[in-house]
Amino acid sequence: MKRLLALLVVTAMVLALVPASITRAQDGSDIEGSLVIESWRNDDKTIWEDVLIPAFQQHYPNIDVAFSSYLPQDYNAALNAKLEGGTAGDLITCRPFDLSLALFQQGYLASLNDLPGMENFSDVAKSAWVTDDGSDVFCVPMASVIHGFIYNQTAFEELGLEEPVTEEAFLELLQAIRDDGTYEPLAMGTVDQWEAATMGYQNIGPNYWKGEEGRLGLIDGSAKYNEGGFLEAFEALGRWQPFLPNGYQALTYPDSQNLFALGMAAIFPSGSWEISVFSPLVDFEMGAFPPPPPADAETCYISDHTDIAMGINAATENMEAARLFMEWMTTQEFAELYSNALPGFFSLSNHEITLDDPLAQEFLSWRGQCESTIRSSYQILSRGEPNNESQLWEVTARLLNGELSAQEAADIVQEGLENWYEPQQ
Amino acid sequence: MNLAAKRSNRKPFPVHILVFLAPAVIIYTAFMIYPLIDSLRLSLYAPNENREEVFVGLDNYQRLLTDDLWQPRLEGAIVNNIKFFAIHMLVQNPIGLLLAALLSSQFIRGRSVYRTLIFTPTVLSVVLVGFIWRLILSPLWGISSDVLAVFGLEQYDKPWLGLEETALTTLSLISVWQYVGIPMMLFLAALISIPDELIEAARVDGATAWGVFWRIKFRLILPTVGIVGVLTFVGNFNAFDLIYTIQKATAGPNYSTDILGTFFYRTFFGIQLQPGNPTMGATIAGVMFLIILTGVLLYMFGWQRRMLQIEL
Repeated sequence: MKRLLALLVVTAMVLALVPASITRAQDGSDIEGSLVIESWRNDDKTIWEDVLIPAFQQHYPNIDVAFSSYLPQDYNAALNAKLEGGTAGDLITCRPFDLSLALFQQGYLASLNDLPGMENFSDVAKSAWVTDDGSDVFCVPMASVIHGFIYNQTAFEELGLEEPVTEEAFLELLQAIRDDGTYEPLAMGTVDQWEAATMGYQNIGPNYWKGEEGRLGLIDGSAKYNEGGFLEAFEALGRWQPFLPNGYQALTYPDSQNLFALGMAAIFPSGSWEISVFSPLVDFEMGAFPPPPPADAETCYISDHTDIAMGINAATENMEAARLFMEWMTTQEFAELYSNALPGFFSLSNHEITLDDPLAQEFLSWRGQCESTIRSSYQILSRGEPNNESQLWEVTARLLNGELSAQEAADIVQEGLENWYEPQQ
Repeated sequence: MNLAAKRSNRKPFPVHILVFLAPAVIIYTAFMIYPLIDSLRLSLYAPNENREEVFVGLDNYQRLLTDDLWQPRLEGAIVNNIKFFAIHMLVQNPIGLLLAALLSSQFIRGRSVYRTLIFTPTVLSVVLVGFIWRLILSPLWGISSDVLAVFGLEQYDKPWLGLEETALTTLSLISVWQYVGIPMMLFLAALISIPDELIEAARVDGATAWGVFWRIKFRLILPTVGIVGVLTFVGNFNAFDLIYTIQKATAGPNYSTDILGTFFYRTFFGIQLQPGNPTMGATIAGVMFLIILTGVLLYMFGWQRRMLQIEL
């Protein structure tokens, strides 16, 4: 009897060790005309369920759509496992660049070359979801984030300041704020490194390397980080050093956000994704201006960085319904609904849309005045070792810390790229 | 009679020993030995063009030790790790010993209160400790300049965690603050086990307080000094959490706080746009294993064997 009991206990313990995943049911209960969206945008669940999907069903009432989301950090691994196991949803939210490209190359994402409506997207908008030679596009671009400077309008009025239109005016403005002493001119720290690279270098850089011209030049080998526009961008970033807050070497990104939100700093070099963060927090009026170009520039450039898209699982059993859904995502209706539901995330289509949030509308209006481009290091250039993006983080932080000159910083990045990237050798 | 003799000759195999050993052996093998060996195996592989892992022998180790990209990072991590260890040995352990000596004295009141207070940070979460110190030292919200101002030294305030020359020392001292309770407790346990007769006898013979401490107490706790040293060594060369909490995996500024743990993490799991490289990460883990193994062996053969066991 005792033995039997012991055996039972042991069996129970062994059973308890069986991975939970085996017992977890997979939803294989798709009925015809029903779609499942896989996404990492946990926060957007209500927007999809209450706004976007009902709008789609006004056109196609017989197609059911469900939104299934993961935490951002779990998404890539969970999606890969489900694709390999053949249990992934019909529509796949696409990360930009290499992660989605790998899925397409493994045959998990369907090609969308012949999808009606794709002509509504520019080449820059599609650049994050095409093969390197541009022959296949595999996701419908959904949204981008735009870099720029958010400022404290109340402080500007108090000090009698105006939005700068050239780099010279920008530096004078920063000096005026510094001289007055009430506010820190720029809310920015270097300890996290990505602020210096992303909100500094990639924010103002396109004005110097002429947007797409310079970025594609890096990829085909005709431009270099240590000469021309890319070097000028390092020099321009270096000029920010006297305007950073006290002890900026140890300030983190959340520190900068707080510095601005509490009204202690006048200008926050950042991007449109902050709008929804700041709107409920601040008690002053906010404005925004695009990165001011050098005085002799003919046109301005902005970083309109592609961030999120949607593709079709190549193994879906509802290809027709999935394509209808994707087609709807290329329309003006979707663009307007999506951009308004998520202020700061802008539809990538060429449709004219209006936004209710004035600050978001301000960011969006720059698309009409300036040329769009994306961050220089994201396409192709961050595949090798040393990693181009990581190197930009390092050197821009050291540049602002005063440990490197602009030329030295540029040389390090160029050398790193030449180390593995053939067109640059 | 015959039967009995036979029985005594054939001793039955002591099955109960296996039963007693089994839980420890099974758990230790499954969770420690197997992953360790598998990690070392992984370090001998590398991905080819088709992203398949193929056997490459010691190529990864060669790259790590000679390649222009890897070698400076490895060297930097090892040098920083040695500094990190040296600060613990020179600051944490002497302070631990001093505190233990004070707390073992008969003349200090409220000893258990001090003991508890000093030990408390050890049981706090590293994430919490990192967050608190980040706030204390923050140039924006912190109090480091106010504290210096009390002594009229405010012009010497710096963004301690943001400068290459101060960041590693600052992090080491935070770690010392958190863990000083452990050597203190070990030393204290050793000190209070010394019989009072020895000390009284020394006093009668005319030894001073310092003489008693140095010539009698310290000699008797030497085995503990060795254990504390090797624990510090293993802990420091495995360290990762505090640096990751405060400086993130970039171990900035400019890798000045990069130690083997953070170097391994960045390589194995990747960072931002840089994809992880598990085989190279396993190689770094292999180097860490070798360094720690060497240190522990040196301790065992160079120190522990020479220790005299003194019967008290």
